[in-house]
Amino acid sequence: MILLEMLSYPFLARAMLVGLLVSLCAALLGTSLVLKRFSMIGDGLSHVGFGALAVATALGWAPLAVTIPVVVLAAVLLLRISQSSRIRGDAAIALISSGALALGVLVVSLTSGMNMNVSNYMFGSILTVSRADAVLSAALCAAVLALFTLFYPRIFAVTFDETFATATGTRAQLYNTLLAVLTAVTVVLGMRMMGALLISSLLIFPPLSAMRVFRSFRSVTLCSAAVSLACFVLGMVCSYAFETPSGASVVAANIVCFGLCALAGKLLGR
Amino acid sequence: MALMTCRDLSFAYGGETVLRGVSFTVEAGDYLCVVGENGSGKSTLIKGLLGLKEPSGGSVELGDGLERREVGYLPQQTALQRDFPASVFEVVLSGRLNGLGRRCFYSQEDRREAERNLERMGMLELKRRCYQDLSGGQQQRVLLARALCATKKLLLLDEPVAGLDPVATGEMYNLLKLINLCDGVTVVMVSHDVEAALRYATRILHLGHEQLFFGSVADYRRSDALRRLRGGC
Repeated sequence: MILLEMLSYPFLARAMLVGLLVSLCAALLGTSLVLKRFSMIGDGLSHVGFGALAVATALGWAPLAVTIPVVVLAAVLLLRISQSSRIRGDAAIALISSGALALGVLVVSLTSGMNMNVSNYMFGSILTVSRADAVLSAALCAAVLALFTLFYPRIFAVTFDETFATATGTRAQLYNTLLAVLTAVTVVLGMRMMGALLISSLLIFPPLSAMRVFRSFRSVTLCSAAVSLACFVLGMVCSYAFETPSGASVVAANIVCFGLCALAGKLLGR
Repeated sequence: MALMTCRDLSFAYGGETVLRGVSFTVEAGDYLCVVGENGSGKSTLIKGLLGLKEPSGGSVELGDGLERREVGYLPQQTALQRDFPASVFEVVLSGRLNGLGRRCFYSQEDRREAERNLERMGMLELKRRCYQDLSGGQQQRVLLARALCATKKLLLLDEPVAGLDPVATGEMYNLLKLINLCDGVTVVMVSHDVEAALRYATRILHLGHEQLFFGSVADYRRSDALRRLRGGC
């Protein structure tokens, strides 16, 4: 029906594919990030991504080729900051993210003026999804799925108790960095469709919804992935049917789902 | 040869030495309590023994074929873990991580070992329960089962009874003594509960930014270090 009609447009089909892949990655990575209290990193990364994208566009460089390395670098930096006991981690992340946002806005307004472009970056547009996005998100998704299936025991151990994992010979820092880098790529790929201000909700909502209902790490991870995919499809269909912005529609679907999960959790007595 | 030999160990944070001149040995079958006031360097020493913190001087030598990653560690619980969505079995199974090597998944043998250790703690019937729904004492026993999954020889415990009620505290001490005596697992425990240390341990290491005492419990009862810790009376 409506979904088939949507898929008959090539650009929409491509956007759906990229969105589904990114949603899956975001849900899996988000589970670990939320449980490790790193939710703010996702938000910080999207702002850095906005700044980098604005600068790249202003200078006429390929957007992905500039943004991905910059955001990956920022991810490693933000991880370091939030683990360091000397600096106030949350404050430093807020500084970096608002700083990057301000830089982006300045660059955009000095070059092309505050026009449609900025609005697209901030709140997303499915028209910006390119062929390169599709290829990259397929590669990213393969990497994230491989990480979560092949290293599942290690991911659990590092997420639950980093000290214990390190003491028994696991290189926790390596897995943390890997998570941060993959999150960075996820944020950049999802950012242009979902919007810089909205992408972090893909990381945070699905795991939180899953945690309302499920109580083991495996079930939370699987449910989070399922919730994320379902909410994305639902949001896109609503966006198509009611002509609402796609990013905001997906977030709205996630909010409704969170409410339902919270209600279900209450009813189940959890 | 001793399980663990420390020679003139010292630790520093950012150039400031917090612990110096620590020399002691841990023999197989020992039950060693590390006592001292808050901030005396007890937890730092445990981190050093585990290789989580590099000593600024001295050396830690492992003997008797003990490898560093074969140590069973029971860390102090963090707030993050108390509301972590994980089943009891998932937590205990993660103790087998050091035996994975190049494998990606746990084997049947790993699962059996995790169940065996849960049974040792009398927690097998709670296997499917959620970790965050357990009481403090039960959570601690789950973490002890996890530590036992990681080792056959040496347990390192950092304040294992912190935050437990008196009944759970007594149970925890009895369990540890049982593991020490019946299974021959060596126990090294950080504690600020001196009276319990005197009752259960075989040796005492008393720290206060340096080594104030190391020896048997009988010698410790007569020492100046104990008198000072009890308030100088």
